[in-house]
Amino acid sequence: MSHMLKGIGASRGAAVGTALVIKERPADVQEKRTDPIDPKTELAGFENAVQTFCAKTEKMAQKLDETGASGEILRGHILMLKDPFMLSQITEQIQNKISAVDAVTATCNMFAEIFAAADDELTRQRAADVQDIKTRLIHILNGEEETDLSDLPENTVLVVGELTPSMTAGMDSAHVCAIVTEKGGKTSHCAILARAMRIPAVLSAAGVTESIQTGDLVAVNGGTGEVQIAPDAQTVAAFEKLKAEFAEKEAVLQQFKGKPTVTADGKVKELFANIGSDRDVQEAMENDAEGIGLFRTEFLFMDRNALPTEEEQFSAYRAAVTGLKGKPLIIRTLDIGGDKEIPYLGLKKEENPFLGFRAVRYCLQNTDVFKTQLRAILRASAFGDIRIMLPLVTCVEEVENAKALLHAVQEELIAEKIEFNKEIPIGVMIETPAACLIADLLSRQVDFFSIGTNDLTQYIMAADRGNADVEYLYSVYQPAVLRGIQHIIACAKEAGIPAGMCGEAAADPYLIPLLVAFGLDEFSVSSNAVLEVREQISRWTVDAAHEIADKALALQTEQQVREYLKTVV
Amino acid sequence: MVSKQVTVVNAQGFHMRPAGVFAGEMGKFPCDINIIFNGKSVNAKSLMNIIAACIKCGSEIEIVCDGEQEEEALAKAVEMVESGLGE
Repeated sequence: MSHMLKGIGASRGAAVGTALVIKERPADVQEKRTDPIDPKTELAGFENAVQTFCAKTEKMAQKLDETGASGEILRGHILMLKDPFMLSQITEQIQNKISAVDAVTATCNMFAEIFAAADDELTRQRAADVQDIKTRLIHILNGEEETDLSDLPENTVLVVGELTPSMTAGMDSAHVCAIVTEKGGKTSHCAILARAMRIPAVLSAAGVTESIQTGDLVAVNGGTGEVQIAPDAQTVAAFEKLKAEFAEKEAVLQQFKGKPTVTADGKVKELFANIGSDRDVQEAMENDAEGIGLFRTEFLFMDRNALPTEEEQFSAYRAAVTGLKGKPLIIRTLDIGGDKEIPYLGLKKEENPFLGFRAVRYCLQNTDVFKTQLRAILRASAFGDIRIMLPLVTCVEEVENAKALLHAVQEELIAEKIEFNKEIPIGVMIETPAACLIADLLSRQVDFFSIGTNDLTQYIMAADRGNADVEYLYSVYQPAVLRGIQHIIACAKEAGIPAGMCGEAAADPYLIPLLVAFGLDEFSVSSNAVLEVREQISRWTVDAAHEIADKALALQTEQQVREYLKTVV
Repeated sequence: MVSKQVTVVNAQGFHMRPAGVFAGEMGKFPCDINIIFNGKSVNAKSLMNIIAACIKCGSEIEIVCDGEQEEEALAKAVEMVESGLGE
């Protein structure tokens, strides 16, 4: 029987495909064995599991290498499991009539505890690796399907509780036609990733891993959040039509390639792309971005054991800016903390990480880390148009202190006779209510603003963007958020500096007339939204946009704003 | 039995990759090989034990080989540590 489920439409597009359901059972929830343990059978089972583990892991590592990422950590897992001491501990326990699962659990837990208690961060991190090995080995021993997404049949609809970064690392994305998950919101990493890969995705669809079975035919609409299980022929036809329409729309957008970004009355805007790695520059260029409005540098610091060196950072920044062939590159300095944890930095667990020690706060306390990054950025600035952007600024002192450090680094480079752009622009991301309220003061300190709407919305509305229960509050259409954006842009205009926006809202067709009316100068969006935004901007004259903005800002509620904008856009 | 004192020179010390390479090489020798660090003896053929020992850059360690091919094993171990464990 066909039936329908509803989730959050997180990445547009439609698809019909065959479901692959990934169910992950926590490794520590094991049924007690009541049958007698035969050490011989257990041992054979364990040895088989080790072989399977190593073969699979090596395959995953090779896949990662091919994609340009490093399979080093995964290969480390093989070395750890093959450790003679580790193997002898497990074998000994099995010989004492302990089941293979229990022996693996006990031994891995022992090492995880030893590592976790170490005074050295690198060693503490290895505890997570041992836990990972344990979970996967137990899955293999129990004959449970392991999460290996590296080799999927064509047209796979991936159905999973939560898509973790490690799953996506090894995912055969070319064969995934849609993603459906139980957890996650529109701005979760999974959603951002799905949009970047142009895979339709529906998130927060409760109970999908139970109600969908592997092999089921599933139709997904990543725009509306609709998921049809075992659809009838009529529904399949409707979804196929949707898919075709989506493809057609893409074709229209291609006509905006190579054109400048202008409003209907000829006002020129800048249209940039957001990237997470120097490798993304190419995609941005392919999509006709006019520059990079946000280069998230944390990705250089993640998935590794130690800080990236100045040379590593320099080569990434230089690669990005040379790839842009003269177009501007706005580099956001390290924005760790919050939901982006970096184990080797040894940051304390915080009750409230989003209000805690993160981003520029961390950098100003850890000046070695910050100065290394600034040096790398400055050195790369000799190769193109690089601008520096500080995240999470809340007060003028932060900008002053960052500028003082930047100045000190510049002096160092001059003394060392290393070339850099002495006029490098420095800007701030406006993403806190504090920065919004003192936008006039900040505007006198910097060369540009960039509004980070994802965090700005979350902080203004005091609503966690990852929490599905409060997602109804998390909306840029909230009058409070709209007023904030208008105020920030007005302050930038007053000071004569450009105002940009690098949050998701910059690509929202309903918001674009308001942004045009407020006078936003630069839109920075994900690469695959560039042409769409150019097309949207081309629809509005400044006067028409003003008319809509005046009406929208006179409304009382988020719902009224949203509904009004839907009638006029 | 032969032994020698060496200083760990690679920046990260015996972290996963260098420790794995080191333990792997040591595993090829038939003799017992131990690292004496902070008064404790660590099985040099075991990556897990080496990691647990938290041997950082600048640490003084003693490598002790005992048994068949002990001279060759010691020479190899010392060479690996002194050359920065391939880092």
